[in-house]
Amino acid sequence: MFRYGHELAAHCAQTGKTIAEVAIEEEMQNSECSRELVFAKLARRRAVMEKACRATLKQPVPSVSGLTGGDASLLNSFLQQGAPLLGGPTAKAVAYALSCFEVNTSMGAIVACPTAGSCGIVPGALFAVAEQLGASDEQLLKAFAAASYVGMIIARNATVSGAEGGCQAECGSAAAMAAAALVELRGGDAEMCLSAAAIAIKNVMGLVCDPVAGLVEIPCAKRNASGVVNAILCSDLAMAGIKSQIPFDEVVSAMRKVGRLLPESLRETAKGGVATTPTGLRMKKQVFGE
Amino acid sequence: MDSSSTSLFDILGPIMIGPSSSHTAGALRIGRAAGMLCTAPVVKAVFRLHGSFASTYKGHGSDRALAAGVLGMQTDDPDIKNALEICRQRGIEVKFTEADLGEVHPNTVQVELTDAGGIRHVLTGCSVGGGAVRIIGIDGFDTGITGEYPTIVTKHHDKVGVIKNVVSCISDAEVNIVTINLARSQKGKLATAIIETDTLVDGDVVEKIGQLEHMVDVLTMDKF
Repeated sequence: MFRYGHELAAHCAQTGKTIAEVAIEEEMQNSECSRELVFAKLARRRAVMEKACRATLKQPVPSVSGLTGGDASLLNSFLQQGAPLLGGPTAKAVAYALSCFEVNTSMGAIVACPTAGSCGIVPGALFAVAEQLGASDEQLLKAFAAASYVGMIIARNATVSGAEGGCQAECGSAAAMAAAALVELRGGDAEMCLSAAAIAIKNVMGLVCDPVAGLVEIPCAKRNASGVVNAILCSDLAMAGIKSQIPFDEVVSAMRKVGRLLPESLRETAKGGVATTPTGLRMKKQVFGE
Repeated sequence: MDSSSTSLFDILGPIMIGPSSSHTAGALRIGRAAGMLCTAPVVKAVFRLHGSFASTYKGHGSDRALAAGVLGMQTDDPDIKNALEICRQRGIEVKFTEADLGEVHPNTVQVELTDAGGIRHVLTGCSVGGGAVRIIGIDGFDTGITGEYPTIVTKHHDKVGVIKNVVSCISDAEVNIVTINLARSQKGKLATAIIETDTLVDGDVVEKIGQLEHMVDVLTMDKF
């Protein structure tokens, strides 16, 4: 496995392979399984994610706490009316991400990607863009493999845990994974993929993890929404030929260091940020009654 | 997942019941690891929650997830949300307390289980993100188990040849060893071997290891 992005990009440039191809070959080696089995595992996850991305678009479902729910269907209706300013597949991608997230908060089945708190970003972006591009099933599954590989590199060199690194490590990593996969799906090379990923992380560098009442709910759902837009934006930037001035590996390293500098109160402990606003505290009382 | 992550599906996964990969799925996996140490049904479970686990366990359903793990559920089991009720129905006493477990990962829990035979096991695990876990201690010994492989844990008197005999038992069963880690409390006193294997050893192999000279106890855990 390539420990760093620059090694991966150099290998891809040298061999003409895509990130997805490298990812699938390594998976076959490490897990000692066939190409078919890797694709079958990808397809199984794709099926769970696809169901979650559509589940609450028309049917609002409340979260277990009762604090949230129904946002995916609101955005979907707004989209049907043709009102969003977000063009192309972007508003649809956000609606998918919200739906996926609402399935999570209602204790339904999702795929952590890289975590449950950021589970809407990668599938939301990939499904909507793949539909728009008319991508084949194989192309879509490969995009998920590429996203995952970029996530592995981030996890190796930093963290994808909100408790360790704040929301930048969860929604930031998810946006980076999605951005890279979108660039690959759109025919960009590995260097461009990593540029998109680097920009996505920079855009949310330092983002804190401050869940109201300790629930993976507020503000997580909307950060999944903005994470999708971040990913799509960064894929456009990279496809336009815009490079990240700071290389991907250095951005990931900076993200790890920033995560360590964040006080414990802003790392998934519900002791700061919006969690301790008067409304956040009132909601906590509403859920736990103390 | 941490630096030991070697599969795409550590990142793209697990398929799980929400809402939190670290606090729900990861917690469940720690509970399941602990549950596998008991050979008789569990009658009492005490969970000592540290750091972020202590502050937010109720909101993330970590309590239900830990109990679901002890019951042997998988991370995508729709019954996770009913785990505390299921424990009550089965007469399993479940207790959650907040604790300072020292310089450990922010999401750490110590699980103490007592089985119907009165045998007690204590396992400490960290949920390191995305549903990945690291078991850092079992019954007073330091470990570093990620659940990627089936594991054999021995407790034995620290004597010459014990490890050789344990390894012989495993290789005689044609099971391949991935890693061996040894630790001891004090020279000549009790020691432990944590052995990861490619496949889970059969019960008769475990029994054979258990009957070796100087062996005090042997436990096995499948992948979790």
